[in-house]
Amino acid sequence: MEESKESQKESGQAGNGQPSPESSKPRTPEQEARIPGNGGNGSSGTNVEGREEAQDNALVAETISRTVHSKDSSEIDRESSAETPPPLPPRPVNLESTDAQNTLHLSGKQARPKLQSHPTTAVSLTDISTQVNNEGIRETYPSTTGGLTSPLSVASQFNNRFGSPKSSETEDTASIKSYVPTLETGGDVESLLGEVLGNGQQDPAWRFMTAQGENQNAADELLPEDAAFEKDFQKEFKELEAINAEGTNEEAVLDAWTSRMKHFLILSAAGKPIYSRHGDDNITSGYIGIIQTIISFYQNADDTLKSFTAGDVKFVVLSKTSLYLVAISRLGESDGQLRAQLEALYMQILSTLTLPRLQTIFSNRPSSDLRRPLSGTEPLLSALADTFTRGSPPTLLSALECLRLRKSHRQVIDQTLLKTRTENLLYGLIVAGGRLVSVVRPKKHSLHPSDLQLIFNMLFETEGVKTAGGENWIPLCLPGFNNTGFLYMYVSFLSAKEDENEDESQRPSTSSSFNKEEEVAVLLISPKKESFYEMQQMRDDVVEQLQKNGSMDLIKAAVRRGRPHVTDVVPGTVLRHFLYKSKANVQFAMPSFEPHFKGLVARRKLLSIYHTLHANVHSKISHLKVHYCVSRDSISLAWTTPLFELYCVAGPSASRGALAQSANKVVQWARKEEERIFIIGGAVF
Amino acid sequence: MADSRGSAAPKPSSSVKLVLLGESAVGKSSLVLRFVNNDFQENKEPTIGAAFLTQKCNLPTRTIKFEIWDTAGQERFASLAPMYYRNAQSALVVYDLTKPTSLTKAKHWVAELQRQASPGIVIALVGNKLDLTNETSSSTGASANFAGSEDAAGESEENHAEADADADADDEETHDARKISTAEGKAYADEEGLLFFETSAKTGTNVTDVFTAIANAIPEHTLKGGRGAAAAAQGALGARGDADPSRVNLNGPRKDVGAKEGCAC
Ligand SMILES: Nc1nc2c(ncn2[C@@H]2O[C@H](COP(=O)(O)OP(=O)(O)OP(=O)(O)O)[C@@H](O)[C@H]2O)c(=O)[nH]1
Ligand SMILES: [Mg+2]
Repeated sequence: MEESKESQKESGQAGNGQPSPESSKPRTPEQEARIPGNGGNGSSGTNVEGREEAQDNALVAETISRTVHSKDSSEIDRESSAETPPPLPPRPVNLESTDAQNTLHLSGKQARPKLQSHPTTAVSLTDISTQVNNEGIRETYPSTTGGLTSPLSVASQFNNRFGSPKSSETEDTASIKSYVPTLETGGDVESLLGEVLGNGQQDPAWRFMTAQGENQNAADELLPEDAAFEKDFQKEFKELEAINAEGTNEEAVLDAWTSRMKHFLILSAAGKPIYSRHGDDNITSGYIGIIQTIISFYQNADDTLKSFTAGDVKFVVLSKTSLYLVAISRLGESDGQLRAQLEALYMQILSTLTLPRLQTIFSNRPSSDLRRPLSGTEPLLSALADTFTRGSPPTLLSALECLRLRKSHRQVIDQTLLKTRTENLLYGLIVAGGRLVSVVRPKKHSLHPSDLQLIFNMLFETEGVKTAGGENWIPLCLPGFNNTGFLYMYVSFLSAKEDENEDESQRPSTSSSFNKEEEVAVLLISPKKESFYEMQQMRDDVVEQLQKNGSMDLIKAAVRRGRPHVTDVVPGTVLRHFLYKSKANVQFAMPSFEPHFKGLVARRKLLSIYHTLHANVHSKISHLKVHYCVSRDSISLAWTTPLFELYCVAGPSASRGALAQSANKVVQWARKEEERIFIIGGAVF
Repeated sequence: MADSRGSAAPKPSSSVKLVLLGESAVGKSSLVLRFVNNDFQENKEPTIGAAFLTQKCNLPTRTIKFEIWDTAGQERFASLAPMYYRNAQSALVVYDLTKPTSLTKAKHWVAELQRQASPGIVIALVGNKLDLTNETSSSTGASANFAGSEDAAGESEENHAEADADADADDEETHDARKISTAEGKAYADEEGLLFFETSAKTGTNVTDVFTAIANAIPEHTLKGGRGAAAAAQGALGARGDADPSRVNLNGPRKDVGAKEGCAC
């Protein structure tokens, strides 16, 4: 591993001469989007491990040619349009293509700019059909790459499978299906070539995020883009006003609704609205109706609509147990990533109801209104949705983050949990600063990351529990553990005050003012409804023991220390941030977001880079082990092995060699620190 | 200061288990937050499950330590309620003065308590969000009169009728969102033998008074011989054996609260 890494690094360096993104700054969009590989800029295929390079390139070529042929004329449209920058007529609602639903129609990029301003209004049936099979999000493909470009861009879609109504053009249907693997391969290929975030580049916000602006004058544009995206993104989390009685603000509200970058909608198969992140029924009902119509259109054709793209907006649909969950995003995630987000929302619904109850509700009455049984779940769904919109490493990686502690220190805590464990305990967790400190669990049950995500979401992203103060006794279903029944979770936040308190018998404070980042919480999960006092006793015992043996102070010190800066992990590194996931432990580690990614927008931008890297190395074809992305304001790398996944981001002026070197150092660090940054085994009984 | 009071006078101290019930969003958690932390939050999110808090209340002759179950009002948690009220010595049944359905729900809770809770349970009916009615302006204690004073109640009811009458005419003084008159709540409370208060968790009006009144209304004997009650109370959620509220008992259900935030009673 280490070895191939080295060689790869070398080839990278040799190959690309100087992909100093600096030098390539004021350039055409194409250049920016690209890797030093194609278009006069440098080496080729730099992101493949050295040995596989040639092979992969061959594959690329093949893919490309096949893809090219497979495309119909719309492809060509797209291609040519890629060369003509933005200002295009309003999204050409291409009526001819409307009936040709099965063709891979790629609407010209011209359409995009318009789309952006009203992306969601595009959801009229006509428009949608036009766009249904529009996978060609990547219109802005670098034209400099010549013939290669457009096929690549088409290929860039991952996992993008559309159902196609069997009714029409059998031929097309067949061809689409047969190309699916090709498309996926293409995804890799493209990423291989280093294009970063291809999707929706016409969106100013997007351009900002991907730093791939098409402007000749990149330097001038950057700021306004930053500002525009920042403004939009900040608004993202504001509640919409309701439409007033006279309807005078209707237009404004609808505008605000459609300009949200990300929507999550949940409806029943019968078309009843269940949840929308933005806007009330007055605003969403029309859209819900349309969405339901589209989905059932496909269903009637014995097909399943999984996703489609309209302009720079991606729609992903997840159908589960008489529910449709829909994500509508302009943030550039892959289908798989959006689907994972929808899965999490679905898990939250199960967590409230359990699967049997959900099934009963709809089997009794398909037209049931799920809102009532779900009442009170909305804040939890919204908290999840917002976490996804902000970008969340645990969700992206499906992994947990732990508090870094010395192995011996963690062992003491584990032992304490084991010693104080009471009869009806299923899982016991200590959580500090939003990270896991220790887990006690039965041998045969591990803790499912998706369950933990729901718990953390409830505790740290909503106010319901945290500010309730005191102790909490919460019935919940943990679907990863068992989606048919409820468990009961005892939650106690230990306030910072607690340790100064001479009176050790003091109940947890109700102070709501203490800093979330410093909270230590004890979570004790039992299958037994009436075991509150038993769990409370255990909590008292645990806390007392941890205070006595000094662990509490160690935990608090570790929380206060926070995550290390990236330069503490790798002194002098060019890295600005990284995510390291240990596959075996289903855990990840990362440095502090500071100083490079302060604030919402910078963070979202970073997470978008991670999403792209992740999508590229997780597309169906997994031969890609190392993958570089270069963009105007970053150079980044994904590296996967059977043991770990590593994603690193460095500033634009970093060399590939330096990036690779740092990546190696991170891996070395993670190995050395493995027993500190991860919980290995944990306390098992 | 509560501290000094508490430590200076080693008054007998007893635990009283109290449960809050009522429709979602009537302000149960807000009342508790006001009582325990003297704090208020706009837009408090719904409680999930139930929250357990303790708060001391110093009466002239003794200290009462409330063990409070703040339950979730959402329908889907209703089936868990018996676990919390089963052995409670007192209950606060809360409704929202601006929301008629919430009084209906409160009446259901009262009936359920009378049927299923301990026979001696002290129940207070509390109409919350008084600040949204016209009494708000006179936070000067007019509202304090509500506590058990029929006169005051009657009086204010008149005010309300007036305000309501004006409502259409005079838009500016009518932020009166009151939907349930003081007389209506009071009459029902009297009928059922409940303590009655109108409160505002937001301004704090009457909040401590509710708890003090409950503390005073708990019969002395249930406190003394009443370990029984307290101990039984534990039973519901998993017995922790010998709960003797009057002495420090390491196995006891609740150890003494740090007296920091003794209520102002
Ligand atoms: N104006 C006003 N608002 C209040 C008052 N008490 C509570 N609220 C508000 O009413 C909403 C609901 O209050 P909660 O305390 O969460 O209600 P709850 O009864 O605990 O609700 P559940 O936990 O769902 O059962 C919150 O937005 C509070 O800020 C009050 O006295 N006056
Ligand atoms: Mg509440």
